Amino acid sequence: MDLDPSEDQRELQQMISRFSLDRFPADTVRDFAEPGRFDRSAWRELAELGTFGIALPESSGGVGLRWIDTVLVHETLGAALTPGPLLAATLAAGLVPGVLEGEVVPAIVERPTHGAVVIEHLSVADVLLVIETDGVRQIDPSSLDATLLTEPTDPATPVSVVRDLPTGELIADAAAAERLRLLGSLLASAQLVGNAEGSTTLAVTYAKEREQFGRPVGSFQGLKHLLADCYARTEVSRSAVWAAGVLVDEPEAGDLRRAVAGARVLAGRAAAENGKTCVQVHGGMGFTWEVDAHLFLKRAWVLETAFGSIDEAAELVAEALAASLS
Amino acid sequence: MHLRDSESDAEFRAELRAWLADAVPTLPAPPDAQDWPGRRAYDTVWQSMLFEAGYAGVNWPSEYGGRGATPTQHLIFLEEAAAAKAPDVGVGFVGQMHAGPTLIAEGTPEQQAHHLRGILTGEHVWCQGFSEPGAGSDLASLRTRAIRDGDDYVVSGQKIWTSHAMVADYCELLVRTDPDVPKHKGITWLILPMDTPGIDVRPLMTVQGSAEFAELFLDEVRIPVTNRVGDENDGWRVTNVTLSFERGTGFVGELLDTTNIMRELVELAQRTPRGAGTAWDDDGLRRDIGAIAAELDALWAFTKRNVSQGAKGGMAMGSGSAFKMSYATVVHKLGDIALRVLDRSSLAFDNIGGESTGAQIHHKLKGFAVGIGGGTSQIQQNIIAERVLGLPRER
Repeated sequence: MDLDPSEDQRELQQMISRFSLDRFPADTVRDFAEPGRFDRSAWRELAELGTFGIALPESSGGVGLRWIDTVLVHETLGAALTPGPLLAATLAAGLVPGVLEGEVVPAIVERPTHGAVVIEHLSVADVLLVIETDGVRQIDPSSLDATLLTEPTDPATPVSVVRDLPTGELIADAAAAERLRLLGSLLASAQLVGNAEGSTTLAVTYAKEREQFGRPVGSFQGLKHLLADCYARTEVSRSAVWAAGVLVDEPEAGDLRRAVAGARVLAGRAAAENGKTCVQVHGGMGFTWEVDAHLFLKRAWVLETAFGSIDEAAELVAEALAASLS
Repeated sequence: MHLRDSESDAEFRAELRAWLADAVPTLPAPPDAQDWPGRRAYDTVWQSMLFEAGYAGVNWPSEYGGRGATPTQHLIFLEEAAAAKAPDVGVGFVGQMHAGPTLIAEGTPEQQAHHLRGILTGEHVWCQGFSEPGAGSDLASLRTRAIRDGDDYVVSGQKIWTSHAMVADYCELLVRTDPDVPKHKGITWLILPMDTPGIDVRPLMTVQGSAEFAELFLDEVRIPVTNRVGDENDGWRVTNVTLSFERGTGFVGELLDTTNIMRELVELAQRTPRGAGTAWDDDGLRRDIGAIAAELDALWAFTKRNVSQGAKGGMAMGSGSAFKMSYATVVHKLGDIALRVLDRSSLAFDNIGGESTGAQIHHKLKGFAVGIGGGTSQIQQNIIAERVLGLPRER
């Protein structure tokens, strides 16, 4: 048993973090959803680092590491607020040629049981994957009657609405679809943990600098306790996400589905609560567009809906718990 | 990163599991919670069995009589013991988890020779005399006074929250030896034999309706200078050295206990009629328990992270605090859900309707012990804010 990342794993995280902050700085994140902002060359560079194929075997062009390494990378991407269809690219890399190299940009969505389909990053995508109960289907986005929304909640996540999603071409079976859903949920949770840490760091930095009553506001226990709670939520949810990540590689060591669902409950809450705290700690400035606090919070809201809600996840954990008793 | 056992850990686990399967059924029925002599005898029997089998002091260095096992194996020991429903450390808590490690780090060879074996065999029970009515979160402000008189210290004062004092042989005692220096610099660590004249032990009733603690009144108690651990006025450092022994396993027993209570609550909810079905059919309740289970799973993973770091040299600063405050919150939340399931069966500690409802109420109240004892959650928040996040101290 070893649930502490190795030096190599920490270096991988630092490498991805440096690249992302350099190539996707906050100013590009702020209006990333606007048409024409998606930078294909930056996306290819991100792909060239191996970002989308961390756990794919080297024989398939991947890095040949494990899913826990993918989890660590997505945690880093979440902390850096890296924009773009990161989940879609990581999930599609083994299925759609060109995605691994960053040449083909994918979007991914679960087919809802009813109503219109809301899809992230469809406006920049070359291919759309649809996860369904019987398998994974591929659709050409140019064939869709899609409306790009002008005011996405997260200014870094473009959102389109498609009224009638066609059937598409089946490219993987039901088991693969289930696997993608599970991995998608886990990687979104990993980004949420990074997001929770990122918003905490931003809030702590401000609390040290901002002075009122002649002293840094971070010296007041009222703020200290809020920020300590953020730290604790991040560490507890990070533990859950890491354990789930290891279970993908070592499924015999536990209940993977329960672990992924539990990680989602905690990581989703941590990011949403820490993001709220980050805005609150910034006071009036936190309510302005120019401070990054809202970018963390709004990205957290996007990720929270990816591959299942917190309510569904909590239900799933409860069912797994009950099943383990009988 | 791995969750599966290494080959040697798997071997350790298998041997231990086989031994527990044979040993646990030979124990007598556990005594009543208020039967202190009975509890001492019961816990001592179990500890002596562990000692004979080589499982006493699993995490203690082998040169001091322990097994010298890795932090991971210590975690496996606690996990398997709980799974086998073996007794927990019980009255041996202070000796094995605190006084013993302190003596290993700071005691003289004579003190080690006299005390360590007794702690491991279960013959010597220890209690802790740290907190005082006026020194809680601000422990270093303690005032129990020790005045040197020849080869003795003469000690007078009052201690509180002294678990197991009613049946203890020794007390690890923090005293004020110099009142004229900054508070951290005038404290000394002493070994107090509990049969010394001048000690008055008064049980302290808790909100759980039991006397788990005691107050200790010390009136001119003479303690030989040879019972001093570390230098005079160096007791604060001695105390903190012991705390650095923590390798992430401190709350494992409690965490597994809470997990069991949660599982029992699910079964109880499944049997509790509510509306047209049972309490478990309530979506809101089920999701709340699912979230609690997720948190307990996460705290178990957090424990493994801390143990993994401990095995590499030391836990990250703040991990213990984050764990403890999060765990306290979970126990409180679980207790809130328990009251929703119990409904009017929560009106007594007695079991009602043939269900073990009382255990749920006891466990609910235990949330306070977790969130207050050993440093309140608010103190843990301050530790995280100042030592991990680097926020400035309050002036």
